Amino acid sequence: MKMNESQKVKIKARNVTVHYGEARALHGIDLDLNANEVTALIGPSGCGKSTFLRCINRMNDVIDGCRVGGSVSIDEQNIYSDAVDVVELRARVGMVFQKPNPFPKSIYDNVAYGPRIHGMAPSRSELDHMVEVSLKRAGLWDEVKDRLSASGTSLSGGQQQRLCIARAIAVSPDIVLMDEPCSALDPIATAVIEELMEELRRDYTIVIVTHSMQQAARISQRTAYFHLGDLVEHGQTQAIFTNPENKQTEAYISGKIG
Amino acid sequence: MTDYSDPDFRAARLKKRYQAEKRFRAYGMAAIITAGLILVFLLSSIIYSSLPAFSHHHVRLDINISEDYVATDTPEEGNYLGLVRAALRDHFPQVTGRRDKRALYKILSIGASDAVEARVKNDPRLIGTQISLYVPLSDDIDLMLKGLIDRNLPESDRIVSDRDLAFVDKLAEENRIERKFAFALFTNGDSREPEMAGINGALAGSLWTLLVTLIVSFPLGVLAAIYLEEVAPKNRYTALIEVNINNLAAVPSIVYGLLGLAVFINFFHLPRSAPLVGGLVLALMTLPRIIIPTRAAFAAIPPSIREAALGVGASRTQVIMHHVLPLAMPGILTGTIIGLAQAAGETAPLLMIGMMAFIVDVPTEVTAKATVLPAQIYMWANNPERAFVARTSAGIVVLLTLLLVVNAAAIYFRRRFEKRW
Amino acid sequence: MNDEHIVSSFDRDLAELNQMVARLGGLAEQQFAAAIDALENRNASSIETIVSNDAELDQLEKDLNDRAIEVIATRGPMATDLRRILSAVKIAAVLERVGDYAKNIAKRSLVIISDETNRSDTISVGRIADIVQGMLREALDAYATANADLAMEVWERDQEVDELYTSLHRDLLGVIAKGAEEASVSSHFLFIAKNIERIGDHTTAVAEQVYFQVHGEMPSEERPKANAISEASDIED
Repeated sequence: MKMNESQKVKIKARNVTVHYGEARALHGIDLDLNANEVTALIGPSGCGKSTFLRCINRMNDVIDGCRVGGSVSIDEQNIYSDAVDVVELRARVGMVFQKPNPFPKSIYDNVAYGPRIHGMAPSRSELDHMVEVSLKRAGLWDEVKDRLSASGTSLSGGQQQRLCIARAIAVSPDIVLMDEPCSALDPIATAVIEELMEELRRDYTIVIVTHSMQQAARISQRTAYFHLGDLVEHGQTQAIFTNPENKQTEAYISGKIG
Repeated sequence: MTDYSDPDFRAARLKKRYQAEKRFRAYGMAAIITAGLILVFLLSSIIYSSLPAFSHHHVRLDINISEDYVATDTPEEGNYLGLVRAALRDHFPQVTGRRDKRALYKILSIGASDAVEARVKNDPRLIGTQISLYVPLSDDIDLMLKGLIDRNLPESDRIVSDRDLAFVDKLAEENRIERKFAFALFTNGDSREPEMAGINGALAGSLWTLLVTLIVSFPLGVLAAIYLEEVAPKNRYTALIEVNINNLAAVPSIVYGLLGLAVFINFFHLPRSAPLVGGLVLALMTLPRIIIPTRAAFAAIPPSIREAALGVGASRTQVIMHHVLPLAMPGILTGTIIGLAQAAGETAPLLMIGMMAFIVDVPTEVTAKATVLPAQIYMWANNPERAFVARTSAGIVVLLTLLLVVNAAAIYFRRRFEKRW
Repeated sequence: MNDEHIVSSFDRDLAELNQMVARLGGLAEQQFAAAIDALENRNASSIETIVSNDAELDQLEKDLNDRAIEVIATRGPMATDLRRILSAVKIAAVLERVGDYAKNIAKRSLVIISDETNRSDTISVGRIADIVQGMLREALDAYATANADLAMEVWERDQEVDELYTSLHRDLLGVIAKGAEEASVSSHFLFIAKNIERIGDHTTAVAEQVYFQVHGEMPSEERPKANAISEASDIED
């Protein structure tokens, strides 16, 4: 089980601690996330994996009473420093949520919104091109190319989630965060998105929180197991699921606790 | 212990449950029917009593527009009253004596001369010719012709004397009397004479006032709600503000009138009885009624939309303006329009700032003196003249129609915005 | 550490597989013991039973395979659970082979018994058989208790078996080289000894699986092989 030493580290988390008011949700997490890999964060409910995910694009900033300590660096730059503009950050780090949440606008406008507000497409034809590329990359283009003006909410659940993925990648992020993206989807829609992730990781770094260990085992290269705010173990996915080092990890993935 | 598996027991219980349900439904039906009946009764009695105000009896007079009364180059300075009286005298040559002549003149409304004046001004070439024109009769004659004054009563109990009756009967025999639609009700301002009194002044006053109310309260209310709901940190101070806003909605409206008097009129010296001041006072009153539903509309939008927008890199302002506000619009509009509709029916606060006054002219700007519909209705209701009874009801009908239009607008706009969601 | 699955039927499935391995192991042990007993005590009557019992072993292994596939499909086992199930399948295959060897030993014993020669070679063979029987029993114990250390002891004892076999092999070849009449019986003894040595090898395979199940990797050192003959040419029976 050799580590691929030539993998570049994209995201470095050092001693990340998160408090919600008085309660501590994460206890000093140290974790490296590699570029062009899918890293899965697993663990029982309330273990802090979603909280950790949201630290990477500073979505925890919008929660009242949430304090983040430690550092999270993307490409060696600490994203919690004052020099970093949160809005710019969120264009570099996209997010897909558990329940598909397309804007109640047309499919075109859903994908075009990000590039528009960031001024990424000065002309209409460039915008059209960006929308097409994003929808193609998200595997949705063929299904919607004839009805781009239809409402985003008129699509099926799986299609809506792919629309949200297209929306996230339209602004050309480096990193895509996914918070249980398939929980609300049927197995076929889930499989489509898993296949998509395999393609996407060639161009993006993907971090996914998932409740399904089978899914984590299927799609990720590295896995991190969280429990009650601690990072218990992390490593190559094959190792974690065939022969984990930590007994607690073993118990969790075998369905013995949590 | 009751045996729940006993089929007889279960059948009996089931029967009782169904009966209880039927009774419940019957109560509901009874409540709706009662409310409906009350409404129908109310509306129909108002509409019925307003009907007389919508028509007025006119008499066709042959008028000789003699140059003795009107000069060709100055038609506006003509003695139209004289013209009309001359026409009457010509028609009833047998009437002599000053008292009889005065009685004769009184069968016509003051508006008769206005009608002639308007005609001549419109076409000065008529001067020197004879025209035949329908002019309005006085309110008492009109009521008598409509049967609202009983001509069979003894003369001492009647407002209309026998002599007047004789004049009118003669004119009726000549087929000169006709009942026409009372346009005056809608074109004129207030007047001492009931047949000349119109709702236009009050309607215009109400519309100007509501315009000011809308312009002031809508942006302030919506922005305040946006700030409180989306931007302000949730601490003790904002909670305090919230409680106070909720309480403001329950403050008696006359208090706002006192505030308006003290601040707008006495301190800022804004003109009394003006829609500007009325609008400002009502805006203060409507503000909490806009803020509260607007906040509710914002709170009803699921956080997932906001998160999605933030995730794509929208700033807080962009999230609000591009996503939350458009989606909250139906709720905001409904709240605003209902608040406006309530303001349209307010009288007490406007009392304090002087909009309960006899104002003849139709206001043409926000600083002109004006009154509002509910005030007008109240004043007409207090007027002892019989003809104002029908006019009061007519005023109520107009006010109700206005409110109906405003509510219909609310439903229309809400439907239009809801489609996009 | 709570070792039970939250879904208790998963525990029952794994326990069932364990029992099937235990039963298979017990049967294999029985067959082996009966075959050696028949040889040592010249008891021909039991041999037919031994041969027909082999069918039961085969069926049991097949049943275990089917059950293991079901558990993998329905439970999605990970880590230790997965290794346990794979080990059960491999060990069952091994035990079935052990049963086959025991059957062969019984068949060859029939020939020797009918010859009615009392041979001291029986004692030598019996000695090897004792050791291998002990190994088999302990290997099965090690599996039942998931005891990797016990498995390693078994693993190392095979060296002794190899040494004993090598010397017996030499002796028997010497006898065969001398004369034709004794050669026939000697060759049967040779095959029987070889079978027993193969059972020993299979037992170490069981031990290796137990180690793998517990530690997640095969034992790293090469098992010391003292069987010089096997090195040269691996003769399968």
